[in-house]
Amino acid sequence: MEWRRKHVLGLADFSTEEIEFVIDTARSMEDVLTRDIKKVPALRGKTVVNLFFEASTRTRTSFEIAGKRLSADMVNFSSAVSSVEKGETLLDTARNIDSMKPSIIVIRHPASGAAHFLSRYVSCSVINAGDGSNEHPTQGLLDLYSVLKAKDKVKGLKITIIGDILHSRVVRSSLHSFGRMGADLWLCGPASLVPREMGRSGATITYDIREAVRDADVVMMLRIQLERQKTAFFPSLREYARKYGLNSEIFSLAKKDAVIMHPGPINRGVELSDELADSAHSIILNQVESGVAIRMALLYLLAGGHNAAH
Amino acid sequence: MLLIKEGRVIDPESGRDEWGSIVVADGKVADFLPNGEAPKRFDGTVIDAAGKWVLPGLIDMHVHLRDPGFEWKEDIRTGTAAAASGGFASVVCMANTNPVNDHPEVTRYIREKAASQGTANVFPVAAVTRGLEGKEMTDFAELQEAGAVAFSDDGRPVRSALILRRALEYAKAFDLLLMEHAEDHELSEGGAANEGWTAHRLGIPPIPSAAEEIAIARDILLARFTGGRIHIQHISTKMGVDLLRMGKRAGVRVTGETAPHYFTLTDAAIEGYNTHAKMNPPLRGEEDRMAILEGIVDGTIDVIASDHAPHDEYTKRCEFIAASNGIIGLETALPLSMGLLAGGKVTPARLVELMSAAPARILGLKEKGSLRKGADADITIVDPETEWEFGESDVRSKSRNTPFFGWKMRGRAVAVLCHGRITHSLLKGIAPVA
Amino acid sequence: MKKSGRKLILDGKGMDRVLSRLTHEILEKNRGAEEIALVGICSGGVPLSRVIQGKIRSIEGVDVQAGYVDITLYRDDLSRAGYQPRLKRTEIPFSIDDKKVILVDDVLFTGRTIRAAMDALIDFGRPKNIQLAVLIDRGHRELPIRADYVGRNVPTARSETVEVVVEGEMEGWNVFLREIPPGKGE
Repeated sequence: MEWRRKHVLGLADFSTEEIEFVIDTARSMEDVLTRDIKKVPALRGKTVVNLFFEASTRTRTSFEIAGKRLSADMVNFSSAVSSVEKGETLLDTARNIDSMKPSIIVIRHPASGAAHFLSRYVSCSVINAGDGSNEHPTQGLLDLYSVLKAKDKVKGLKITIIGDILHSRVVRSSLHSFGRMGADLWLCGPASLVPREMGRSGATITYDIREAVRDADVVMMLRIQLERQKTAFFPSLREYARKYGLNSEIFSLAKKDAVIMHPGPINRGVELSDELADSAHSIILNQVESGVAIRMALLYLLAGGHNAAH
Repeated sequence: MLLIKEGRVIDPESGRDEWGSIVVADGKVADFLPNGEAPKRFDGTVIDAAGKWVLPGLIDMHVHLRDPGFEWKEDIRTGTAAAASGGFASVVCMANTNPVNDHPEVTRYIREKAASQGTANVFPVAAVTRGLEGKEMTDFAELQEAGAVAFSDDGRPVRSALILRRALEYAKAFDLLLMEHAEDHELSEGGAANEGWTAHRLGIPPIPSAAEEIAIARDILLARFTGGRIHIQHISTKMGVDLLRMGKRAGVRVTGETAPHYFTLTDAAIEGYNTHAKMNPPLRGEEDRMAILEGIVDGTIDVIASDHAPHDEYTKRCEFIAASNGIIGLETALPLSMGLLAGGKVTPARLVELMSAAPARILGLKEKGSLRKGADADITIVDPETEWEFGESDVRSKSRNTPFFGWKMRGRAVAVLCHGRITHSLLKGIAPVA
Repeated sequence: MKKSGRKLILDGKGMDRVLSRLTHEILEKNRGAEEIALVGICSGGVPLSRVIQGKIRSIEGVDVQAGYVDITLYRDDLSRAGYQPRLKRTEIPFSIDDKKVILVDDVLFTGRTIRAAMDALIDFGRPKNIQLAVLIDRGHRELPIRADYVGRNVPTARSETVEVVVEGEMEGWNVFLREIPPGKGE
């Protein structure tokens, strides 16, 4: 396969081959990360702009480290906007930055579709680092990569995602990455946060956490994003933690070698108990590590070649 | 004097659908002559209507002319030019201008500007509440005297059931029509697309169909209770049609309209975050679209109106959630509606009913919507066979916000008369008046 | 089976002889196999380094350490390629500090690959020295790089390519000189 993609806006239109290509490239990148000198000159002279309209220290840092490991010049641009502010902020800012001729813009924005929109108006490559409730493709890829490292395969695994499905961009990317690889996907949460239409993704929907966790190979907990909810989708955090939080008792229903994932940051004691977060089943920190390799792979794949306009 | 010679005259109001000629004199319909009886020599303009349909001038009862206040999007001159080009002799313009049409001065401004610069009849709708704020009623009677044909806070609903109740009751004394943009704002707030698989997949904050349906139910129940008259604007949902049907059966004085995009498109059109398919109410699912079609066929839905909502490129060239609601529609409403004829379930006469006779009747425009002798000579001549592709060069509106560029259309208005004046013509040798 | 414009330079037997000689030269110059480590350059250098490793084993009775390096991330022409080349793995499972590292490649041409490989090696540690063994030296250097051990010097035109086939058993290995039709140059 030849890599011909200019932008990474979402995994919705990624083929299985492309996903595998990224994972293979990430494996090579992970080799670099195990060395004493964790830096290669591949993107020397290229500029990558982190354009973040939403606070996200983790994702931004991960991209920054990934770029620096590849010797790219990393520039950070942060600006807080509300999701319903008029478009001038995004388009004007992006065109300004595009005029400075970066190779790649990495964008995080509170509006769904912001990365798609941007990609139509700039000449550089665009990587979506999270757009509203739409997608977070690098997270979807790193989750897949983490499971592949832990389990060697994804096909046939029962993978359960629990929490705020309605607002989660992580889910919308992971459904594609795990789905393409043949996982048995389950979505679980309070009914007010799990729209019934999501069943059309091919995932099984349940509002019963026990059913969701029973015999699961992978349990992914989502962060309850209180800041996203203008009107309450459930009565209280206390009740949420009791009905939809993962603790040892419920996790004991999963397969013996099941792993726990979380895109972070964790609300300890809400969606995930302390005990489990720090247990041997948790691969949460491996996810973070995989994140750098995945992002290096994508930066590398997008930053070169004639087809990318610079 | 003007002769429209030997076309298919379709006038449901007088029960006529036959080939013949129409004589126009002094801005009125002077005579109908069956084929073969047209005079050999005629002292005046002769429009050859062979193979064409001759219809009472179309009336678009839901249009935003953006004048006063948003003239960079549209003004009365360009809006009525778009209307004429799309086959309309009359438009009914909504009150969400700046200033809002909640004062007789604004109503008069619109009517005077339309009279001097317009190429279509313009009937203003005044606001139900001052500033569209949903709090105090406007001066209905005075506004009516200034020329308002109906009252609506379109763009938003009258949120308070109490205010709407009072308005319905008060309007009865003057036989005024209230028109409602039916939306439960609390349910729809923050939403940008129909709640369904497409919105969930794209992560767009959803608007549930129940937001419209609950409001329609409320409006119908209040009309029933007060005995007032209400017209439900731009119905987009299946249950909305069902509720309208139920209300009519129960004898409520309720009528309803839909727009061409609700029976032509579904929410699949927003794929790729296409802001040109963003409107309020939003495009719905296939089940809703089918129910709208059914409502048109069985007569539940009274009117097709365009909800022509011009927006500058700038307010559409942004993130989906931030984009303005609405599309232009005056120039696509007729050809898209003619698409309904293909299945045979909608007859040409029914189409004329939906786009001319019914709006005239609902709005109480006694001289419009008919080709009977003595009616205003508002006439739309349609070539039902012509095939064309809708493109930017067809647009007379100031704005270009439409999802229909590149669509293959069948049928088009080739000439429009307004009080006997030619306001639009694609016919050889027939020029519109300057 | 002569394809059009393709000339056989070396067959499997010939390659075996050449690699034997190279191995002897390496052992002679380094006075034995002590401190020697072999690093093949992906892809062509890897099987060659394995052959050399085997020959050292049969001559000296020792297994020298061997690894391989993918130089893609160190190339100086990344943005000139039509698309990003697929990354191969780098595997140097030992410390190269104070080793005599023998870089092994199939064809020495402009020298840019060797430059990249040396940069990569230096990111792994500080070898005592780096030596270069190549099967074919076809000339046209663009950097001041010279091989310590050369299997065969093959004078070429720029318009030609050297094609090294090192798949399957060694009897089937071959080196061809091939004309590139004008306009199809790499």
